[in-house]
Amino acid sequence: MTGLKKFLFPLIVLTAVVLTGVTTQARAASKAIILATTTSTQDSGLLDVLIPAFEKESGYAVKTIAVGSGQAMAMGKKGEADVLLVHSPDAEKKFIEEGAGINRRLVMHNDFVIVGHPGDPAKIRGSKTSAEAIRKIAQANALFLSRGDNSGTHAKEKGLWKAAGIIPEGQKWYQQTGLGMGQTLNVAAEKKGYTLADRGTYLSLKKTLGLGILVEGDPLLLNIYHVIEVNPAKWPKVNAAGAKAFADFMVSKKVQEIIGKFGVDKFGAPLFFPDAGKKVESLGL
Amino acid sequence: MDLFWEGIAKAVALLAALDREVLAITWLSLKVSGIATLISLVIGISSGTLLALSDFPGKRLVISIVNTGMGLPPVVVGLFVTIFLWRNGPFGFLEILYTPTAMIIAQSIIATPIVTGITVASIHNLPPNLKLQILALGATRWQMVLILIREARLPLLAGVMAGFGGVISEVGASIMVGGNIKGYSRVLTTATVMETSRGNFDVAIALSLILLLLCFAVNYVLTRIQHRKRPR
Repeated sequence: MTGLKKFLFPLIVLTAVVLTGVTTQARAASKAIILATTTSTQDSGLLDVLIPAFEKESGYAVKTIAVGSGQAMAMGKKGEADVLLVHSPDAEKKFIEEGAGINRRLVMHNDFVIVGHPGDPAKIRGSKTSAEAIRKIAQANALFLSRGDNSGTHAKEKGLWKAAGIIPEGQKWYQQTGLGMGQTLNVAAEKKGYTLADRGTYLSLKKTLGLGILVEGDPLLLNIYHVIEVNPAKWPKVNAAGAKAFADFMVSKKVQEIIGKFGVDKFGAPLFFPDAGKKVESLGL
Repeated sequence: MDLFWEGIAKAVALLAALDREVLAITWLSLKVSGIATLISLVIGISSGTLLALSDFPGKRLVISIVNTGMGLPPVVVGLFVTIFLWRNGPFGFLEILYTPTAMIIAQSIIATPIVTGITVASIHNLPPNLKLQILALGATRWQMVLILIREARLPLLAGVMAGFGGVISEVGASIMVGGNIKGYSRVLTTATVMETSRGNFDVAIALSLILLLLCFAVNYVLTRIQHRKRPR
């Protein structure tokens, strides 16, 4: 038995030590809030700047779950998140109407761009509107990569197809990745297809992609982020105070300044434009 | 291919600089998967031995179920553990979703059937008369069980390696129940997925190499133990 004992004893000691560490971490959970957000805020690196600042200032620990806006709101609807930072305005309005969320506030915007291989097989470059561009893609049967994951970007893309009067589902040239923005851009680059991307994620990945912006500037392509607190009246387990603290933080003057400057040093231009306190209509929709 | 070499250079740089975040991620991976493996060893070896040594109707069925469990898809485990740990789910009061503890639970569930299955197989592979011999020499039933486990320790260590290898390399369950939270529940695999989607391929390659090194180190130690001279 000595061999087995020699092996087991240090393991047991190690387990005991480590388990103590893990349980102390778990005990701090009540001071934690769950932020359900979109992949774009994480993939662009913005949250890596904002979250530590918020944690330091407020004492809350933030658990950031980066998923699509659709899934983020699904979590909110079940009371499994405290606060949402999302960019799918139509779904958000429904979310508020259903009583799942309160206090929806405008945080920032950037825009979507239609990107593709610089060779541009469908000749969409120079299209006046996004509808014209995707109509050309459909006519040329050129490969288009869709997120297909109910994210805010996917919702926007579906809106564009609808506006152009095209039903792309089931077409051979229309593929759904089911992945996040960064990965979908990688797929588009690899397959030389077109895709719709938020400018922030596109810019932060640009160096490795080899994809160019082909269509931009259409008011339909605005990408607007709101912060929403999950309704504590509906879900008593929601950390309402923490959610409010985070939402207030996001629209505070100081943070809005940070958002406006984020990315300037790395990309030469900001990735997001701060909008707290403004009306959505003033953005030019 | 340039990217690959850049990734290797980055890995060396990150390791050489003892990058605090990378070290923390590596340590957490080791901690979570190590504890999960230990838990699965305790449950797996005891239930596997019990299963191998006992006789009851439907034993083959149970063993088949265990063997199926050896291939339990991590995402399936992740999904069910998430549903159980939701705030408004049956174990919501524990408040452990999106914590390393939840990851340990999920990984234990993944590794336990692996260890159990290998335990059953290794005990079955012992010479059939060994059990009788030990009992004939006057051992109690409990002593007999311990001796059998000791005799089967070489294949059992293979079970440890398979279990640990299974959980340290899985990403589906960890990302679902852990949430890949920076500085808290981010492990090597989930960080690799995230850095890849951010387009930071060099960092992703670096993390992968660290993961491989870690697996190698752990398996090297276990193999050394396995191949040590048998104590007389």
